[in-house]
Amino acid sequence: MLSLELKNVRKAFGSTPVLDDVSLNLQAREFIAFLGPSGSGKSTLLRIIAGLETGDAGEVWLDGRRIDTLPPGDRGVAMVFQHYALYPHMTVRENMAFGLKNARVPRGEIATLIEDAARVLEIDQLLDRKPDQLSGGQRQRVAIGRAIVKRPKLFLLDEPLSNLDAALRLRTRVELAQLRQRVEAAMIMVTHDQAEAMTLADRIVVFNERKIQQVASPVEIYSRPANTFVARFVGSPAMTIAPVVRVDDSALAKVKLGDGTVVQTQVPRDGLPPEDISIGLRPEHVRVAKEGEADTAAKVELVERLGERSIIYGRLKDGLAISGEDIGLTDIRVGDEVPLKIEGDRAHLFGPDGTGYHRQDA
Amino acid sequence: MTATRRWDGLQFVAPFLFVYSLILIFPLLRGLWLSFHRIELFGDGQFVGFGNYARLLGDPIFQQSLINTFLVTLMIVPPLTVIALALALALNRAGRGAAFMRGIFFSSAVLSVTIVTLIWRFVLAPDAGLLGEVWQALGWEPLPFLSDVHLALPALAITTIWWSVGFPMLLFLAGLQQIPLDMYEAAALDGASPWTTFWRITLPALKRTTILVVMLQTAAQLQLFGQSQLLTAGGPSGASRTAVLFLFETAFGRWELGYASAAAEILFLLILAVTLTQYWATSRAEPRRG
Repeated sequence: MLSLELKNVRKAFGSTPVLDDVSLNLQAREFIAFLGPSGSGKSTLLRIIAGLETGDAGEVWLDGRRIDTLPPGDRGVAMVFQHYALYPHMTVRENMAFGLKNARVPRGEIATLIEDAARVLEIDQLLDRKPDQLSGGQRQRVAIGRAIVKRPKLFLLDEPLSNLDAALRLRTRVELAQLRQRVEAAMIMVTHDQAEAMTLADRIVVFNERKIQQVASPVEIYSRPANTFVARFVGSPAMTIAPVVRVDDSALAKVKLGDGTVVQTQVPRDGLPPEDISIGLRPEHVRVAKEGEADTAAKVELVERLGERSIIYGRLKDGLAISGEDIGLTDIRVGDEVPLKIEGDRAHLFGPDGTGYHRQDA
Repeated sequence: MTATRRWDGLQFVAPFLFVYSLILIFPLLRGLWLSFHRIELFGDGQFVGFGNYARLLGDPIFQQSLINTFLVTLMIVPPLTVIALALALALNRAGRGAAFMRGIFFSSAVLSVTIVTLIWRFVLAPDAGLLGEVWQALGWEPLPFLSDVHLALPALAITTIWWSVGFPMLLFLAGLQQIPLDMYEAAALDGASPWTTFWRITLPALKRTTILVVMLQTAAQLQLFGQSQLLTAGGPSGASRTAVLFLFETAFGRWELGYASAAAEILFLLILAVTLTQYWATSRAEPRRG
């Protein structure tokens, strides 16, 4: 069953377009992440769904009902704001009750709803405090509680973790994952943090330049990026993308890098553009080579020792910047010339317009 | 810290302390000293202790002026606060039109009291004034605002509100700009009506501004003088004589400087008491939080 349907939504601020003909469907109880850089239109789309902005064209449907013509309070959506937007002069209890009172929910029912939500979120000790007496994490829970008690059909989370410190962010991420198991509604989370999107979402919608770039599961986004933007934006460190020349001699594409290294990929030759293509290599598929398996070599410019692995940033002979991996306790140093093994069967190819071509199975 | 070092620091504040003492502390103490003397413009004073104060308590003209002062303050401060808030709410938006209107409503505040009273004399005069003509056009008898015992104080109040509304409006506008926009967005998603939003979001957020406006205006209007002197000269038969006008007449009309100083001290204590009461009442209603 469909939950949210966006049909050809457009939006411009003055003469600056921010959303270009965006369409999207959400399944019931699905958790979707809107991922993209600042200014890509993801927050604007969230606000159009909430009714805080009006689209210039297009329709928004929720559970079979058209909602873009309704005021925000009648849409059956609840939102958790980036800066929480708790009412400062109301207690936690009043904050949570405000929307219910406006909807004329009976007093007894309001009390029950608040107590249940407070118990689940472990804020029952805080109900009579005011927002300025709470820590950042507690405010976040209250903001979530205020959304939950309204029993919305759709939760909208605007960068919900961006104001928390690193430790709290990880914990809250786990809690958000648990929360979504408990609620019946679909959820949309706006984020620019790919780790949040990858760990929480059923599907990720990648935005850039006013358009949806790809809608897919986290695994697919990572392993089969639709274009060079998605390939570079998801994954850290970013994928190396370099121009190559085709030197095919079988059903699978074979390409040559600028320094002459030939890479045999698993990408089918059929449908691949004849020229102006690029290869995409994730750092984990470019390893420091053992004796006798080297494909090419690079001069090291930077070594990042992350503990469980190290990231090597270097340049091939033709000057191409490439990133690769080595063991965590590597003894490679800046300025070294290291041999590299390129796992060609994991490589991606991209056409002149940026479209991605991938091996068939993965 | 040694004693020498403490006195070294004094050198830095000495110029300020000197000027402050000369133009503020000294006149204050001198006023207090005057109030205990029977003194006229020329000649030495004569110490009378609390004699001036005792005489004031029995002076019906002074009592009437105090009553007038409190009445006119009551007529001014509540409507002024409400009107300034309403104007701020109406004009708190971007755009050239609103900016222009903000300028218009603030412009009266930059006028001198002489100009203001001149304008309002033209408005209020029953025979040739603007209100008189409106009344006549409606077929009513024009009201003698400035010469009726019951209308003189309201006339002062209206004039003062027109003159003073600009600054409180600016304070409210500043207060409104401080309210985060996402508060209103959260309220919209909570299904709050405009009325509920005003009472539960906007007004509580403006609480401090409102307290400030009321306290400033109360202290200012308890010292109302120019309008009373220029518009009605305290008349008819003292119906619009304010406390400061009484002071002025006593000191610079009858040259009873000691008597006037005693009246000034009493007015000072009354204003202090009213302001402190307001402060106490409002800060008690909102306990400090850590």
